[in-house]
Amino acid sequence: MTLKGILLSASMIALAGAATAETRIGMITTLSGGGASLGIDVRDGFLLAMEQAGRDDITLIVEDDEQAPDVAVQLADRMIQAEDVDIMTGIIWSNLAMAVVPSVTAQGVFYLSPNAGPSQLAGRGCNPNYFNVAWQNDNLHEAAGAYANSAGYSNSFILAPNYPAGQDALAGYKRFYEGELAGELYTQLGQTDYAAEIAQIRASGADSVFFFLPGGMGISFLRQYGDSGLDIPVIGPAFSFDQNILQAVGADALGVVNTSQWSPDLDNEANAAFVAAYQEAYGRLPSLYASQGFDTANLILSALEVASPADDPDAFREALRAADFVSTRGDFAFGPNHHPIQDIYVREVVQEGDIFTNRLVGVALEDRGDAYAAECQM
Amino acid sequence: MSAILIVEQVLNGLQFGVMLFLMAAGLTLIFGVMGLINLAHGSLYMVGAFVAATVAGLTGSFLLALIAAMAAAAMAGAVIEMSVIRRLYHTDHLDQVLATFALILIFSEGTRAIFGSFPLYLDTPALLSGPVTLPLGIEYPRYRLALIAAGLAVALGLWLLIAKTRIGIQIRAGENDREMIAALGVDIRTLYTFVFALGAALAGLAGALVGAIQSVQVGMGEPVLILAFVVIVIGGIGSIKGAFVGALIVGLTDTLGGIFLPELFKLFMEPASATQIGASLSSMAIYLLMAAVLIWRPTGLYGVRA
Repeated sequence: MTLKGILLSASMIALAGAATAETRIGMITTLSGGGASLGIDVRDGFLLAMEQAGRDDITLIVEDDEQAPDVAVQLADRMIQAEDVDIMTGIIWSNLAMAVVPSVTAQGVFYLSPNAGPSQLAGRGCNPNYFNVAWQNDNLHEAAGAYANSAGYSNSFILAPNYPAGQDALAGYKRFYEGELAGELYTQLGQTDYAAEIAQIRASGADSVFFFLPGGMGISFLRQYGDSGLDIPVIGPAFSFDQNILQAVGADALGVVNTSQWSPDLDNEANAAFVAAYQEAYGRLPSLYASQGFDTANLILSALEVASPADDPDAFREALRAADFVSTRGDFAFGPNHHPIQDIYVREVVQEGDIFTNRLVGVALEDRGDAYAAECQM
Repeated sequence: MSAILIVEQVLNGLQFGVMLFLMAAGLTLIFGVMGLINLAHGSLYMVGAFVAATVAGLTGSFLLALIAAMAAAAMAGAVIEMSVIRRLYHTDHLDQVLATFALILIFSEGTRAIFGSFPLYLDTPALLSGPVTLPLGIEYPRYRLALIAAGLAVALGLWLLIAKTRIGIQIRAGENDREMIAALGVDIRTLYTFVFALGAALAGLAGALVGAIQSVQVGMGEPVLILAFVVIVIGGIGSIKGAFVGALIVGLTDTLGGIFLPELFKLFMEPASATQIGASLSSMAIYLLMAAVLIWRPTGLYGVRA
């Protein structure tokens, strides 16, 4: 059941005036329901970067899509037609991105994805006005597949929700993983009970479980998995073990290995400053989603220094493509299809005092682009 | 496919079924006695889960949390019955749907205002966490076994209440002929409030029990509500026995369909497409079942009215 159109916050960032034209940014993200923690982190990371920049010529409009494609489409239409935004961002879920992004970019508005990176938009459906600042969906799963080989797993049971990012996840894992599959399952998006899947894992004789279940789904799965008495090792992308999931799951996740393009202990100056400022501002550790929101805002800010999207869209696009900003991930560059080329790391879940978090243990893939860039023509 | 997998899935189906029964029982009682379609039943389920999570967080006692969840849901049920629902008994079903849909929105946004958008977590009690080893070497979560037992106990209690007590006689009489029992001097308003609160308490209990294995979040009641409607349509509207049988059928169909249908299709097609077709058919299975039951018996398995 959905409640349409909650205007969550319309935040103006104020400072003394420059003469440049105002830039309007529309953010549609998930701020309620089981997937809320992802959207809240993206928003908070984004807002932190905007506050640090302190510019008064940027208006940010934030709205909650309730993780529903129809709501997201309506919000996008309203933002473009009534709010006259120049740049849009924020969508977490790939099924929502597929519903919104093609029409947004077709109307000449820039879209910068802080999270969803469906393969369709990286390949044939790529667009000069679409940039992905996070990853192509497959990336972290490819890294998990590569890790599974190095860990010696040869019989994985793999599962993911049945939506574009879930299909990308299993495709990504299988692209690098060389062993056999003990089973392959698609679950419902937003599913909360995994008893039937866990029974199938138990019966499959697998030596490892790879799962992609972001947000509340991951919490339910890990808690039920812990309760089932199964001790087959689990691996996954960082989405299955992000900062919010770990706090809710607790000790059941200790020692689990996961793959990410970012980690709170990644050793570079920008990241250390980001982690400290985020904790100071919000009283919690940032998740990878927060780092993606922060990077997205900084990329936009770096391009705004060069040109305004309303006055000179071509120059603004070139400035985005140059990616001349300091990323919390260290090295960051765009590939030919406007998706990142970056290192993907292996992390391990550790406990520090009362806090469960991730620590880097190695690099899974270096300078990884994506498998779809060749299909993109723009 | 091993026997262990089948047994485990049957247990999962039973567990799902008895939890559906707790929801469907209240829904079917309310429809049977008052002739009211209550879409807000899922909200009462959510109220139970949130109250349980809060009380468990404050006191650390799961039992207290369950009692508080039932009490709070019953109270919420009684309050909305007296303030809103009571005005709807003589109106069209469309008015009832509109008004109770409004209640869903009020409950959802109210809960969001109080508890925020982040899901809450209710831990299973230490006594019931972890797996238990059943005969044949089957490992099964202890808490889910307890859910099955609790659901069956509630079903038995409800049957005793309806079949053996004075209030049960009044409820059954109310289902058959409202005007007559009012004429016989039974206080029909109090009876309605009681039935509504009873249904609400069962929904709240289900919310609290299920909340411990899933996450407690705004909007958690609506997917269950849809299934509960399927259950009462299959079982026959107004029939507790029908709700029980229907809930078990739906629970088992939903759980077992997911593993048997892909296997069935593998017999005559290649594995990859068999898995895909089987999986999509299994998510439709309960609705196909409902359609089949309605063709065979338009009033449901145990229903008397069309």
